[in-house]
Amino acid sequence: MNQGESGTGRQDFGGAPANLGLSADQRVGLYRSMVRIRRFEERSLRAYQAKKIGGFLHLYIGQEAVAVGCCSLMGRNDHVITAYRDHGHAIAVGMEMNALMAELYGKVTGCSKGKGGSMHFFDPARNFWGGHGIVGGQVPLGAGLAYALKYKGLDGACMTFMGDGAVNQGAVHEAYNLAALWDLPVVFVIENNGYSMGTSQARSSAGELGRRAEAYGMAWGVCDGHDVYEVRAFMDGFLEAARTKCKPSLVELRTYRYRGHSVADPDKTYRDKAEVEEYRRTKDPIQVFQKILIAEKALDEAGAEKIDSEARAEAETAAEFAEASPFPDVSDIQRDVYWEADNPSERKSGGRLFFN
Amino acid sequence: MPVIQYREAIRQALAEEIERDPNVVVMGEEVGQFNGAYKVTEGLLERFGPTRIVDTPISEAGFVGLGVGASMLGIRPVIELMFWSFYSVCFDQILNNAANIRYMSGGQIACPIVIRGPANGGTNVGATHSHTPENILASHPGVKVVVPATPYDAKGLLKSAIRDNDPVMYLENTMLYGERGEVPAGDYLVPLGKADIKREGTDLSIVSYGRALVQSLAAAHLLEQEHNISAEVVDLRSIRPLDMDTLLASVRRTHRILVVEEQKPFCGVGAQLAFMIQSEAFDELDAPIARLSTIDGPSIYSPQVEGEQLPNPQRIVRAAVAILD
Repeated sequence: MNQGESGTGRQDFGGAPANLGLSADQRVGLYRSMVRIRRFEERSLRAYQAKKIGGFLHLYIGQEAVAVGCCSLMGRNDHVITAYRDHGHAIAVGMEMNALMAELYGKVTGCSKGKGGSMHFFDPARNFWGGHGIVGGQVPLGAGLAYALKYKGLDGACMTFMGDGAVNQGAVHEAYNLAALWDLPVVFVIENNGYSMGTSQARSSAGELGRRAEAYGMAWGVCDGHDVYEVRAFMDGFLEAARTKCKPSLVELRTYRYRGHSVADPDKTYRDKAEVEEYRRTKDPIQVFQKILIAEKALDEAGAEKIDSEARAEAETAAEFAEASPFPDVSDIQRDVYWEADNPSERKSGGRLFFN
Repeated sequence: MPVIQYREAIRQALAEEIERDPNVVVMGEEVGQFNGAYKVTEGLLERFGPTRIVDTPISEAGFVGLGVGASMLGIRPVIELMFWSFYSVCFDQILNNAANIRYMSGGQIACPIVIRGPANGGTNVGATHSHTPENILASHPGVKVVVPATPYDAKGLLKSAIRDNDPVMYLENTMLYGERGEVPAGDYLVPLGKADIKREGTDLSIVSYGRALVQSLAAAHLLEQEHNISAEVVDLRSIRPLDMDTLLASVRRTHRILVVEEQKPFCGVGAQLAFMIQSEAFDELDAPIARLSTIDGPSIYSPQVEGEQLPNPQRIVRAAVAILD
């Protein structure tokens, strides 16, 4: 299943097997999901600029078709884990904006009770396992989720996302090796936005990122990541091979981020503004898909406008919810540290767990 | 009661827990076909097969991280590090991922993993293979740390660790693998966070754990025979959670404390204990708290010298006598 290059030019992927069965509502649903991610990100940026959010904020704007395309293929036993640029995946798996925005605001109503922040969104009930801050550190965990699926005999796959900046970390290669050695149902997904922070791929990585799979005997492929139909068409086979044959793979989705690495990145040192504008003009995942849906008559301009205004309103409501929510208490610092401390009636150990 | 080796006690715990819980998986370098680098897992592959006893490549960050991920979905991996010294190449997986995943998810995720292996000096393997990271591990909220000294405790603590829903770091000792002791054949548990008075005494309390505890018991015997000093010996068994109640009760009985640890002194477990004892039982102390650690330098190779770098009965006796002078 070595697909190598695919999908240059404006092919129609709407008729691909992965997309053929989608109803008009489902197609519009993909669009809505991408718009919701973008409006959430834009609203969170404004909140950051208003100093409502601390720490880092790594925005997903420009990459929406990757998370939506991949996560929309998830079956009941499929799982997702990603790095710190995690808002898109969280929304794509169905997490509510209120809990996400509240987490950014550091509020107790946040998805991690204000303990994780932007980089650490989790929702195990939706098979979403984070949200991880250390570059490449989540990749062995993704192999472990896949290991557990196989151990339990479940027909599922774990999509393990990472950025192009993660591919040179040792833990990533260790995970590749274990996945290939043990035939784990994992699809490693490199979201290649061209820059590991401020260092371009050409300045950071030797060779082709996907081709490194060949050294491990893993299937691999490269695909453009701006057309959500194409992402789905491309990912479908890799996911199915993982689910049904426990065959791991490494895929590279070429995408782009419009904003800096994080909002702390002035984005003035390593790329030309014209490069951003060129991508936005020709490959913006929302614009591209809107055109497709309008051509398919699944959506008209008024419908697109309605989705957009609803997404803006939803993000605004989320910001209001976050604003109105309480902060955690200092006593919350020592909750959710140990299972036993949180479940005192079932505690088996003695002694002190905390030291002040 | 059967008398078995420390390594056999660990093996019994592994076998019993594998039989009890289908989600328990033993994983590590050479644990299967090779029968264990220190023969702890000898025979387990033959008995339980490759699904339960999993040989890994030399790839600690990979398989420890994989274990963390699998534990999030309900597997209970018991990961062997051939040496705990190798924690340095999987530090991120243990102390960022396993330690923090529950917290950063707001309590949504449990990580019931056990990481076990030997952490000790004394075998002339040099500085890279002789680390004792219990202080470093225990300084990360979210993980638990236990260091069994006897075969009985080794079995009971490991069974508790495997059933625990938090990540447990279980530190063994290659110098103890061949030590023998009474161990019940069947199921029993030693809870985490419960210290044990291994020897009662009246003149001072020696507080220790791991192999340093065994050395302390030998020293207590010498103190009685040669110096007419009655030493109580307290075995912490568990570093985090920590049983301060048992420790403070011993302070109230003897009023003199010697902490013995196979740690380098800077910010070692003994430093934490000394702080807590003076803070909570200052008026009970008749002498400054004394502390005997490994001599502060990288672990020396030279077989003739390494034994003197570590706590040993002679060094412990000298430290104890000095307190009572």
